[in-house]
Amino acid sequence: MSVDQLDHRLVIKGARILGGEPQDLYVDDGVLVAEAPSGASEIDADGLVALPGLVDLHTHLREPGREDAETVLTGSRAAALGGFTAVLAMANTSPVTDTAEAAERILDLGRLAGLVDVQPVGAVTRGLAGQELAELGLMARSRAKVRVFSDDGKCVHDPRVMRRALEYVRAFGGVISQHSQDPDLAGPTACCHEGELSGRLGLPGWPGIAEEVIVARDVMLARHTNSRVHVAHVSTAGSVEVIRWAKGQGIDVTAEVTPHHLLLTTDLLAGFDPVYKVNPPLRPDEDVAALRDALADGTIDAVATDHAPHARHDKEHAFVDAAFGMLGLETALSVVSEVMVTSGAMTWSDVARVMSQNPARIAGLDGHGGTLSVGQPANLTLVDPAAIVVVDRAASASLSRNNPWHDRKLTGAVVATVLRGVPTVLDSRLLEK
Amino acid sequence: MRKHLLSIDDVSVADVEALFDTAAEMHDVQRRSVKKLPALRGRTVVNLFFEDSTRTRSSFEIAGKWLSADVINVSAKGSSVSKGESLRDTVLTVAAMGVDGLVIRHAASGAAQQVSQWTDAVVINAGDGMHEHPTQALLDAYTLQRRMGTLEDKHVAIVGDVTHSRVFRSNVLLLAKLGAHVTVVAPPTLMPAGVTAWSKDAGFETSYDLDSVLPDADAVMMLRVQRERMNGAYFPSAREYTVGYGLTRDRLATLKPDAPICHPGPMNRGLEIAADAADAAQSAVLDQVSAGVAIRMSVLYHLLAGEGSAT
Repeated sequence: MSVDQLDHRLVIKGARILGGEPQDLYVDDGVLVAEAPSGASEIDADGLVALPGLVDLHTHLREPGREDAETVLTGSRAAALGGFTAVLAMANTSPVTDTAEAAERILDLGRLAGLVDVQPVGAVTRGLAGQELAELGLMARSRAKVRVFSDDGKCVHDPRVMRRALEYVRAFGGVISQHSQDPDLAGPTACCHEGELSGRLGLPGWPGIAEEVIVARDVMLARHTNSRVHVAHVSTAGSVEVIRWAKGQGIDVTAEVTPHHLLLTTDLLAGFDPVYKVNPPLRPDEDVAALRDALADGTIDAVATDHAPHARHDKEHAFVDAAFGMLGLETALSVVSEVMVTSGAMTWSDVARVMSQNPARIAGLDGHGGTLSVGQPANLTLVDPAAIVVVDRAASASLSRNNPWHDRKLTGAVVATVLRGVPTVLDSRLLEK
Repeated sequence: MRKHLLSIDDVSVADVEALFDTAAEMHDVQRRSVKKLPALRGRTVVNLFFEDSTRTRSSFEIAGKWLSADVINVSAKGSSVSKGESLRDTVLTVAAMGVDGLVIRHAASGAAQQVSQWTDAVVINAGDGMHEHPTQALLDAYTLQRRMGTLEDKHVAIVGDVTHSRVFRSNVLLLAKLGAHVTVVAPPTLMPAGVTAWSKDAGFETSYDLDSVLPDADAVMMLRVQRERMNGAYFPSAREYTVGYGLTRDRLATLKPDAPICHPGPMNRGLEIAADAADAAQSAVLDQVSAGVAIRMSVLYHLLAGEGSAT
């Protein structure tokens, strides 16, 4: 396929929309239209699945503060290559995104990069310190229109602060995305799922219960405050049970799972390789199975990458001392395809739901998470469901190389990404202005 | 024998026998007035200690010197994270000076294994966090074997703060390798996570009741308990710990009179071990220390010298 001129008029030939029968898609002036516009560039999508542009609820772009690990630009490149048209940039930068000015700066850096919509997440508490509320309302009123608030990396542990935050964001339809980790049950050194392996290796345990008690508390707080809570990176079967129960009660709770928690397991830590160190930690098979089931049955609403780039030297410490986190933007779709679609657990329409529509709805992002219907903004992703990808960390657009998927073979690949009618990725290669 | 000694998993039963045979020869050398052997002349061994240690460091230092190696102690205390240098950079810097053997002590589990992937030098684990302390297990087994003749079918009780103990983790692997039956005794809060599955898989027993285990034991290993553990709510008080899990004078009387008592040191006299037990005729504590030098000479010799007899 080739595009001679990158304007806003496209004919996408023979795409299987949400995995259905092949048909053409037409784009004019950044919007999906009913008829082929004249003079349009053509994209041959024979055999490809068309999805609404992917939306990531959970990305760390490291700018400002750690531009050696990632910038808004390099993270945007990785996101576009991964099929994303919008990402939510977490607040744990330096300085923290806890003011309207900081949020607007992230928004502007994203627009300058121009590859995906970069929507800032605001901190819940000032400086992520867990004590005083950040200026939630000013962030909501800012040009960035912040709606998702999170102290991610840290848990909003004080129940009084969590309660007030949930109450306060009701005024502007906000949501608190919680990093569920009781700091007394899983302290700062906790780095390995607490179980037989942590016992054998002598690594400080991070027990599932440290997540589950916070999830349980927060759904009750959400019920009490009649507010909305989102559970970031759910990692245990116990948390899934709580969320399933809460949804059954009509509590306004949503949840995300990362690609790595859908496939990678705790036994990978046996070699003490910090590339597998992530928070929450990789869990055993039985948790992974419960997470897959919960994603398929809708208990878990979304897949979110928790893309967490780190400079090489921050991972070259002893395991306990090394930084938490792994790359995820470029591989997310392939992992979900491999784990959920190839196995038959989910359809492409389900993938659209968990990687685009639900995340866009949770984040309140207009123009994303559509159904590829006429009249909607042309944010879309073309996927080759049969492509075999062997992940090469050296080929990443990210500045960092902490890639746990290196050398892994996955089925399903992003071929093209279109942001408001403009291709940002074609033939799995980045197109920059 | 494998290139490095990172874990007891790195040594086979045959390796252990060879290490013990050489250690016995080294043990004889220790009694000579002139103790120097030429085996490692021209070889450089760095004791790279990221954590305070007196006995293990001096034991390795003496072992290296008696084998004529050039031994340098590098203390890299304080986390390299706070100094802004990665562990890899610290290790590569030391190794670049031309080092044949790196003896590593680190507060983090897995550190020695990580280091072995970054350097060509032979890496010997002198204790990594709560993970392993293979030379301690070797010297413990060596001591017990000399006292008891064999470890085959012997019953060894390991008692104390098991979950935080690298000595336990190396010993449970080695004692199983040598055919001993192990019972691990600790309050539930000081048992490792997942010990039920682990013990089933590895074939050791667990118990919360020291009094029921001691009379049947052919040897007992007491582990050091840090007094600060009560701050983590692991147990209520030192007094209560001693009543439940200490090798007290009363308990000593229930132990077989020839059953060796081991302790890796430093001992908390009056907490996990009474003075009567520490100083009893059946105590093997000082034998362990002297065996430590012989075992470390043997390990250094096997991993760093060429072929041929050590003495």
